[in-house]
Amino acid sequence: MFSGSSPFSDSVDTTFLAITAVSLVVFLGLVTAMVYFVMRYNRKKNPHPTNIEGHIPLELTWTIVPLVLFMGMFYMGWRGYLLEFDIPDHAVPIKVTAQMWKWTFEYPNGVQTDTLYVPMNTPIKCILHSVDVNHSFYIPSFRIKKDVIPNRENIMWFKTVRKAAYDIACAEYCGLNHSYMYTKVISLDSTGFDQWYRMISIQQSKPILPFISAVKQPD
Amino acid sequence: MKPATIAAEPDFYHEKKGLPGIFGWIFSTDHKRIGILYLVTIISFFLVGTTIGVLMRLEMLNPENTIVTAQTYNTFFTLHGIIMIFLVLIPVFPAVFGNFFLPLMIGAKDVFFPRLNLLSWWLFIAGGTLALVSLFLPGGAPDTGWTFYVPYSIRSNTNIIPALMAAFILGFSSILTGLNFITTIHRMRAPGMSWFKMPLFAWSLYATGWVQVLATPVIGITLLLVTIERLFGVGIFDPTLGGDPVLYQHLFWMYSHPAVYIIILPAMGVVSDIIPVFARRTIFGYKFIAYSSIAIASVGSLVWAHHMFTVGMSNTGMFMFSLLTFLVAIPSAIKVFNWVATLYKGSIEPEVPLLFMLAFIVQFSIGGLTGLMLGALSVNIHVTDTYFVVGHFHYVMFGGTGFALFGALHYWFPKMFGRMYNKRPAFYGWLFMTVGFNVLYFPMLIMGYLGMPRRYYHYLPQYELLQRIATVGSWVMVIGILLLLANLIISLKRGKKAPANPWGGKTLEWSVSSPPPTENFHEIPVVSTGPYDYSEYERTVPEAK
Repeated sequence: MFSGSSPFSDSVDTTFLAITAVSLVVFLGLVTAMVYFVMRYNRKKNPHPTNIEGHIPLELTWTIVPLVLFMGMFYMGWRGYLLEFDIPDHAVPIKVTAQMWKWTFEYPNGVQTDTLYVPMNTPIKCILHSVDVNHSFYIPSFRIKKDVIPNRENIMWFKTVRKAAYDIACAEYCGLNHSYMYTKVISLDSTGFDQWYRMISIQQSKPILPFISAVKQPD
Repeated sequence: MKPATIAAEPDFYHEKKGLPGIFGWIFSTDHKRIGILYLVTIISFFLVGTTIGVLMRLEMLNPENTIVTAQTYNTFFTLHGIIMIFLVLIPVFPAVFGNFFLPLMIGAKDVFFPRLNLLSWWLFIAGGTLALVSLFLPGGAPDTGWTFYVPYSIRSNTNIIPALMAAFILGFSSILTGLNFITTIHRMRAPGMSWFKMPLFAWSLYATGWVQVLATPVIGITLLLVTIERLFGVGIFDPTLGGDPVLYQHLFWMYSHPAVYIIILPAMGVVSDIIPVFARRTIFGYKFIAYSSIAIASVGSLVWAHHMFTVGMSNTGMFMFSLLTFLVAIPSAIKVFNWVATLYKGSIEPEVPLLFMLAFIVQFSIGGLTGLMLGALSVNIHVTDTYFVVGHFHYVMFGGTGFALFGALHYWFPKMFGRMYNKRPAFYGWLFMTVGFNVLYFPMLIMGYLGMPRRYYHYLPQYELLQRIATVGSWVMVIGILLLLANLIISLKRGKKAPANPWGGKTLEWSVSSPPPTENFHEIPVVSTGPYDYSEYERTVPEAK
């Protein structure tokens, strides 16, 4: 479940687990109190109630404590979002086109594929286009998604950290075969990727250019 | 306790003055008869919506085809959403229990605009009929999801326009009900019933009324624009005509998020009214609960774009909508804490209505806490449009409002029908429904975090186990629902005759006979105490206030 397979997954998982931990404490406290009161103050045991109309310090406590906790949760979520928003300058652009019901990936030299091959440790900038209805480009393992909307250029970036294959799904309902719009992102080491890129460029008669043309990654 | 009505006075079922037979109902302006009309129609729609939901779960038993095709499944989740949201959850509390009990609770003989009230039921029937007609017209049932997102809703060849018009008409029904209740609460409270002597259900209907009046026009005009776009090709939302699909989403959620508060606020009001009765003590923090309804209604109108964190919004938008989402969680938390505190030092009789309220507190808390996870931007981006969201809103909508509906139905059944329900089957119905509900929806939260997108006909094999557990949960839950409803229907005829006040409630509806007479009150009562004055049960007088 928690794989740390993208620069965001640790941040998202940590935020999620932190909120879950706080929630569990509050939830268990609340349910315990509720069940205890129902048993302890059962009409058989406690035939005479006490009318307590309220308690201002208590009200303030359960207003201010959640406020502080919620602001902490908000801040964690905001920081995590900024990681996804700040696209590295040297990210390599790949054009992603969504249509009912498939994905097409176009590399800088014009190569087109239906599976997304990327080199490890290289920031990739997906430029999202839709030719028909709304879709959403979702890579669950990376903890990111971005809607793909016609007439609007959304951008989503990521970087892989190990050799592996991950599912890509469509997360915005787009009609009949919405649930079959699965493909994969395949992360290769740099030699493996270079070989694949060279081979596919020759197959599709596209110029053989280095994939990382803009800025070379510091090794 | 004020004296009950004169025994010889006929109840509203036996009113002789009106039209005969069915016409005495469908043309009646009596708020109680209109409430019963709504109850019968809404429960019928609820059963249709539930049946579709169960069929969806059955389809999810296997990763590939189980019982229906992908197209049918897509219409299923669309109809399930339209029926449950527009025809059940939004109207159920205001239209059924609000109509029946608001005038009784504030000591009035009817609502302020009785004929407008009847009109709103007729509009509801017209909208509901149109929604059903859209299923059977050539072209096929709508398949857009209940959200009607553009451009898909412009391109789909199914019967979108009848469905849009149905929602449009239902909106007017909702606006008229809200307007009626706001006016009724302002103008018709009995002498002595100041704002802070009103039952909290009335407070919640007041807050809900404002949301209905202010937010519903937005969806009306939006759906009308989609219709115009489909019919005449005017470019408003459709990108091929230069329109903006994201604008549609903003307008849609500008209503549909506040609609969530139309759904939950009156349910919270019911919880606030039922707990004191069975705990036999006053509510804890009356004013905090009352004001938190108003706070939810106002701040809740400003959080809509948290449904759209992945559309590509400005950072200012992301920041503000996330922050406001966390802020609106606070008044809800305040309510939950006050309800639990109301059990403290009570004298508690765990009758079935209270059990539903306890289940409400647990499930609404899970719904609220998962809402916090969704409010955090980075987590939201991962789990939005997955089963996590589906699990979350079913915990709030069904685990909250749905359970409050069944609790309210059992609580007020004696008053509405003059009969007691049979307690044992009701208890087992509650048990099955609660266990089934959690087995059904909790696995969805897990699947969602693992990355299972929503509205999927087909799913990857790794989700099979959790999907199957959820499906089994739906069967258990349905057994509970059927048991509860069958028990109530049988009790209509066979139940023991109900006294005026079987639970010892202190709000005014319990001061009249069961069922109430046509004019409610023989004489308009004069109110001197609050709605939850249980001091008579205390052995000793508490310290001076």
